[in-house]
Amino acid sequence: MSRRARLCLFAPAGAVFALVLIVGMTGLPPFGRYHGVYGRALNGVGVTESHATDLVTALNFDFRAFDTLGEEFILFSSILGVVLILRQLRGERPEPREEEAEEHHFAGASEALRALGLTLVPSMIALGVYIVAHGQLTPGGGFQGGIVLAAAPLALFIAGRYMRMKVLAPQMLIEVGEALGAAAYALIGLGGLIFAGVFFKNFVGLGIAGQLLSGGQIPIASVAVSLEVSGAFLVGWTQFFDQALLIRRGGR
Amino acid sequence: MSFLPFAVAAWLFLLGLYGIVASQHLVRTIICLAVVQSSTYVLLLGVGYVSGGQAPIFADIPQTTKAVDPVAQVLVLVDIVVEATVSALLLALAVQAHKRFGSLDPRELRALRD
Repeated sequence: MSRRARLCLFAPAGAVFALVLIVGMTGLPPFGRYHGVYGRALNGVGVTESHATDLVTALNFDFRAFDTLGEEFILFSSILGVVLILRQLRGERPEPREEEAEEHHFAGASEALRALGLTLVPSMIALGVYIVAHGQLTPGGGFQGGIVLAAAPLALFIAGRYMRMKVLAPQMLIEVGEALGAAAYALIGLGGLIFAGVFFKNFVGLGIAGQLLSGGQIPIASVAVSLEVSGAFLVGWTQFFDQALLIRRGGR
Repeated sequence: MSFLPFAVAAWLFLLGLYGIVASQHLVRTIICLAVVQSSTYVLLLGVGYVSGGQAPIFADIPQTTKAVDPVAQVLVLVDIVVEATVSALLLALAVQAHKRFGSLDPRELRALRD
């Protein structure tokens, strides 16, 4: 239907919905006076139960580790969907000629940008590893550090060197890394089932809160999740870049 | 003041919804969907806030400090990952739609006729 008809249909529906939304939200407790018991209980016992000082990561990988399993596999299957949708169709051929791909620079990828890209890659890898390793102590963890690690090869793309990015993050490596990360996280849950009787119960020694290797399975889960997340996003981005830069229409 | 964060969430939701309805470009539709999802983060974090509370990171503050709700933050974290995956899938569909129909205008995306 035309845009005007859509908007005429949306106007009354949107007004009614806005009314319901506002009326419903006035039933919430006032901002700042949260009544929830679960959060308060976790704030009280979280550090002593899991020996991790970052409660958000402790919730993610210890108390509510099962939800994180579901979330990880959401990411895994959606990237599977992206690969499937952007696969090479009949009538397309990849154009892997080095010169043509190198020419797809950002307009104005100057020498300064290339130099910056070169320095960004090791810095971002170091930052990503730091964030992943310290997830149980300070804000961070597997998901956050995994994204930073995934963005490190992206700095090469921004500097105009897409084929070099594929050297740093080759297709086989990122796909295997993603699958290994997802499998490792599920195996941690199974380890809880085998060694401690409950799926995802912490079965690794808890350590001392505040030290690097504390929190039991939290650092291990962080590493597994960071592998999975960085692999998944790199696979997804590679599909889009291949579509934009390499795949050409045309028969044999 | 006590209602402002929830009002912001409602406003973002309605704004994003209007953007989805009125958009004439697929990528704009996808970004407006991200705006709608962001409104739910604002709502969740607004619900979980405790006035005078610190972040639930007890690395350098004593364990008995009043802290905000950590469960809301975990939910928002999961939410953000889901938003990224949904956007990735929709953008992949938009790429293929552009290849098939030559344009990203939703009005041009007729059913396959041949």
